Amino acid sequence: MRRILKRRELVEDEWRYLGEAGAAAAGGVAASEGTAVAQSELLVVPFAEFRTNIARWRSYSGPLGVRLSPVDKVEDLADDVQRLALIAVEFPSAGEGRGYTQGRLLRARLKFNGELRAVGAGVKQDLLFLMLRCGFDAFELAPGQNTDEAVQALARYSVAYQPGEPAPSIQLQRFSAQAAQSP
Amino acid sequence: MAPNTQPKGISAALRVKPIVPGMYQYDELDQAFVDQRVAEFRDQTRRFLAGELPEDEFRSLRLRNGLYIQRHAPMLRIAIPYGLLSSRQLRKLGEITRRFDRGYGHFTTRQNLQLNWPKLETVPDILEQLATVQMHSIQTSGNCIRNVTADHLAGIAQDEVDDPRPYCELIRQWATLHPEFTYLPRKFKIAVTGSPADRAASEVHDIGLHLRRDEQGNIGFQVFVGGGLGRTPIIAQVIREFLPLPDLFSYLEAILRVYNRHGRRDNIHKARIKILVKALGIAAFRDQVEAEWHATRDMAAVLDQAQVDRVRAFFRPPAYELLPNINTTAGREPEFQAWYRYNTRPHRVAGYRAVFVSLKAHGSVPGDMTSEQMEAVAGLADRVSFGMIRATHNQNLLLADVPQRELYGVWQELRALGLAMPNIGTLTDLIACPGLDFCSLANAGTLSVTRQIQQQFDDLDYLYDLGDIEIKMSGCMNACGHHHVGHIGILGVDKHGEEWYQITLGGSVNGFTALGEVMGPSVPQAEVASTIERIVEVYRGLREDGERFIDTYRRVGIKPFKERAYATHSEAA
Repeated sequence: MRRILKRRELVEDEWRYLGEAGAAAAGGVAASEGTAVAQSELLVVPFAEFRTNIARWRSYSGPLGVRLSPVDKVEDLADDVQRLALIAVEFPSAGEGRGYTQGRLLRARLKFNGELRAVGAGVKQDLLFLMLRCGFDAFELAPGQNTDEAVQALARYSVAYQPGEPAPSIQLQRFSAQAAQSP
Repeated sequence: MAPNTQPKGISAALRVKPIVPGMYQYDELDQAFVDQRVAEFRDQTRRFLAGELPEDEFRSLRLRNGLYIQRHAPMLRIAIPYGLLSSRQLRKLGEITRRFDRGYGHFTTRQNLQLNWPKLETVPDILEQLATVQMHSIQTSGNCIRNVTADHLAGIAQDEVDDPRPYCELIRQWATLHPEFTYLPRKFKIAVTGSPADRAASEVHDIGLHLRRDEQGNIGFQVFVGGGLGRTPIIAQVIREFLPLPDLFSYLEAILRVYNRHGRRDNIHKARIKILVKALGIAAFRDQVEAEWHATRDMAAVLDQAQVDRVRAFFRPPAYELLPNINTTAGREPEFQAWYRYNTRPHRVAGYRAVFVSLKAHGSVPGDMTSEQMEAVAGLADRVSFGMIRATHNQNLLLADVPQRELYGVWQELRALGLAMPNIGTLTDLIACPGLDFCSLANAGTLSVTRQIQQQFDDLDYLYDLGDIEIKMSGCMNACGHHHVGHIGILGVDKHGEEWYQITLGGSVNGFTALGEVMGPSVPQAEVASTIERIVEVYRGLREDGERFIDTYRRVGIKPFKERAYATHSEAA
């Protein structure tokens, strides 16, 4: 069972990626390559599939997620973002930085409030803090990552210069501290 | 009146009194950040040395802390934000270079300091020492926003719209570990200038910001984008004529976001923003940035007046004495007079001058400085220049605020230190990257050619007669020595395993940015200095009264240089 780092804890993943064997298949429903899925399971479909069969996925009744690769345009999700419960953003390598922009746009521009999950071989402990500041709240760690260290890595910095979560920016902290002291 | 009024109840608390005037001082939040950065890198280094972190993963982490693995040893590039150093910091650099390196450091063209021989396992200790004096090496390499640079005469220049340093500091903070832009397609360099003379070479940066005032007197920026040297030299173009100050971060983020999304990641040689701007054309690129900006400008922090005022307060002028201008050279020896003429500059405050500390002594490596020299200059700065030192793009240091009455004593002291070579602005005030002797990218050496040129042009009277000539030399096409914008540019190339040099003429920055034109076939190492001598002789023969080399070149073009500099050398192919 896949495990996901969420709220500083490793939890079992309830979601199935389209095309992988999962709960529905085990339950006897044909689910080869996404041609048939149970209408109630938590399912993540690739962005291209979502766009190609948009009518079908819009009528999907269960909780739905979309998985973005670095080249996918988040703006194309604008009409659907509020009904998505999860968006997975791929970081295929440590040097691939487009996912940070995708995450930030999803949160700040498209006002996405669901689970924003970083996935892929680039999800390493030393990058988690950057992902966190860009709005990611769930991490599917790359194989081989030490999970205890990854949990600690999320709290490596108590301060940051830019707006973000969880701590407010240094600028804001500085100004609110000074405002509190002023008569 | 700025568009953004500051929040109520804050302004009175923001009157920060800096301990050292003229420089930003960390508060506990800034300090916490660099301390946490050191702790993080110490842990990363430990994991790497323990075999828990693979080399390719460690690489991108160490690069973002300024650490390269070079030809002989690691190289650590320490950030000197916009070139500004306190005496305490320079003294600490002296201590670090002695304790952790071989007793010297190398000042670069981007106002940083490089250590050539640190040991990997001691780098966390070096960073910890730097953090004690509010310094770091964050983002001095790697595909991220690099150390922001500025005019070395900022705050004292007579021709500036406003002091660029507070804006540089605000940009430094905004860019530091920016979560969205720390893994860009390629490195990203920003320069800010307050003066039309553009001593920051901003038009060969990824983004160049020129301070401007609008009709109401509000501060803003003319924004240039897409400049850069390297393999494909391109001069930046204007993307916005006037960007109001409060929008600075949101607009920078819009540019960077378009670049992060659409810049090429498939080919390292085509990954800089200049390639994207060129491919789209400036008009289409501008449209994309403007569209992005309008859609997302509320995502970035607004730069409000309270923040600007807080940072500006650190850069107030020092407590100048009320002094008359005096004649310091009358009756003094010719050596002092030459030094005064070449190595000092006018100041906008009466009774003061700016003094270059020349790191271009003949026989030395451009930009190199020993630990003892650093400590001595720190002491000198404490006594005569308000405890402040600046690093320049031309790989010299500057004491910006020296009372004229102190100049003779300063000269004697600098001369004793070997830092008074009276050649600033002349041909031997050349800039050069470390070259093949140190750098693993280089095709050819720069240090032996530098020595050759220093020997060939050792006669000061001849140098002075030649006047203002800038030589810039790079050991490979990555152009760290900025050869494209040298009046005379020298590029090291590898020719069947031998070091050859291609010469360009007519490049310039400083208010008139132009790329040099290749003069002809490259020359072997032994003939570089003699070829340059033939070039300057062509100039001497053609110049009109008082005309600088670059002006003669612009008037007559490359042809006469080509014909005559190669006259005895036509066999070169």
